[in-house]
Amino acid sequence: MSDNAPFAPWDDPGATPLISYKSVTKEFGNFTAIDAIDLDIFAGEFFALLGPSGCGKTTLMRMLAGFEAPTAGQIVLAGQDLAGVPANQRPVNMMFQSYALFPHMNVWDNIAFGLRRDGLPKDQIAARVEDMLRLVQLQKFAKRKPDAISGGQRQRVALARSLAKAPKVLLLDEPLGALDKKLRQETQFELVDIQEKTGTTFMIVTHDQEEAMTVSTRIAVMDEGVIKQIDTPATLYEAPNSRYVADFVGDVNLIEGDWRGDALHWADGQAPLAVTSDAAPGQAWLALRPEKIAISKDKPDAANTVPGQVIDIAYLGNLSTYVVEIPGGQKIRAQATNARRLSRRDITWEDKVWLSWTATAGLVLTE
Amino acid sequence: MKMSRFNVISLTLGFAFLYLPILILIVYSFNESRLVTVWGGFSTKWYGVLFQDERFLGAAWVTFYVAFISASIATILGTMAAYVLVRGAKFRGRTLFSGMIYAPLVMPEVITGLSLLLLFISIGLDRGGFTIILAHATFSMCYVSVVVSSRLVSFDRSLEEAALDLGATPWQAFRLVTLPIIAPAVAAGWLLGFTLSLDDLVIASFVSGPGATTLPMRIFSEVRLGVSPKINALSAILIGMVALGVIVASLTTKRRAMA
Repeated sequence: MSDNAPFAPWDDPGATPLISYKSVTKEFGNFTAIDAIDLDIFAGEFFALLGPSGCGKTTLMRMLAGFEAPTAGQIVLAGQDLAGVPANQRPVNMMFQSYALFPHMNVWDNIAFGLRRDGLPKDQIAARVEDMLRLVQLQKFAKRKPDAISGGQRQRVALARSLAKAPKVLLLDEPLGALDKKLRQETQFELVDIQEKTGTTFMIVTHDQEEAMTVSTRIAVMDEGVIKQIDTPATLYEAPNSRYVADFVGDVNLIEGDWRGDALHWADGQAPLAVTSDAAPGQAWLALRPEKIAISKDKPDAANTVPGQVIDIAYLGNLSTYVVEIPGGQKIRAQATNARRLSRRDITWEDKVWLSWTATAGLVLTE
Repeated sequence: MKMSRFNVISLTLGFAFLYLPILILIVYSFNESRLVTVWGGFSTKWYGVLFQDERFLGAAWVTFYVAFISASIATILGTMAAYVLVRGAKFRGRTLFSGMIYAPLVMPEVITGLSLLLLFISIGLDRGGFTIILAHATFSMCYVSVVVSSRLVSFDRSLEEAALDLGATPWQAFRLVTLPIIAPAVAAGWLLGFTLSLDDLVIASFVSGPGATTLPMRIFSEVRLGVSPKINALSAILIGMVALGVIVASLTTKRRAMA
């Protein structure tokens, strides 16, 4: 692979996936946690399973680790069918949500635990542990017990421990959930950095769409045991295939109406909304991201203009979100960057305004 | 924080209620007089008398080896039972078994003793130190499993999964991760079994045979003939040993927690 070509093995029909879920189903009693999922993940990917809690994403991951067995279907890792292979013999390591550091061992012994199980010679273990400590910058804390270091450091110990055995796949179960926001953002970039340095395939489970977007090459959006869409973060955001995905990944306004092939008829007495789309005519929703809607006091010259009244303004510092009520009572969110200082901005509560967007700003969704 | 008067009074009353009898016993163990209830001056002579009494020394030896061995058996069996009931795969009737493990705790000792006696007779086992060990291990085991399972329930299951994930066999995961973490509970279970065995009169009376008289049995039979100050001395020694054991146990668990 040349350095210039984008990393996209999923677009190459000849590429062999590292991990294949083949119509995998998992039932707990009468409850179907995973419903016949097919999924291919390629070597070197940072793959995210994204969904609300209870959607089955953790179960899907735990089946790869060997903590749950599929009720039906097959999981193949690097050409090997994993059925019947116990967790301790799979070339997969997991970083647990609770970190699961052994409280009675110091940082060094925690990282060495997996290497010792392989019966490696002492000097090799020591060299590998030192490498790992350097990777996560914890050399100074090697002799500390897990309860004597901070949450962020614990997270790094857990990462080092699960990477120490150089697994084919590293599984991360909500790895940053316990960190505060600032630390979480820093750590996200660190994770990507470490993933690139080690070349390991990462599979992350998260409910945080921002986290998934930041770190991953591709995201699978899950809901109630099925995958709704698998795509790169950009495609997922710009071209969601359903209202569920559009709503889960980022913020979206959905306007329901009758799609007639060139325009969406959404309210009596209002001009239909022009959209460029090849969706089949019928009942449909126009999905509009708030940042793609412009807001102004005078009617602008644009493909789509809708009048409304400002009922709320959320000032976020760099951005402001305006909640505008349009004819029919629906509330539309429009976002504007605060490039000017506060005193120069002229739109305020109760103002009559115009919302406008281009014909290519929105997306017609039929699902 | 300063304590209110009400708290001071309740504390004093409560502790007086608990410790006054013990205190009186210890004081009277240093009594010169032959009569237990009349103070005749300070003396340690009853301790001397006690240590020359072969029957008491024999009973003390029986009591300690019975307590030591039965507590050890109970700890191993109780820990295994707790592990299976809390961690093992779900099996039919697990709830029933979990409930049944508590039953011996509430069973009247007389009934436990009698049923064990009947069992030993029916399988033709000669009664003696060995049968007392078996009987004590039987009832201590459920105490151990209660203590250990409460610790197992409260600890993060993903620790064991992490050990497996890193290549440990299930046995290694138990030995290297689970056991060190539940060790304080296991030790507490052992101490509990040890003191329960040290304490027991009723069950031991049912299942013991000639040549296997425990201290509580000895004391009880002596007391029926009249309380000797010797018994006070013996009791004071026992109290001292138990107190030492409890202090050592709490100090080690505290150090473990801080390490």
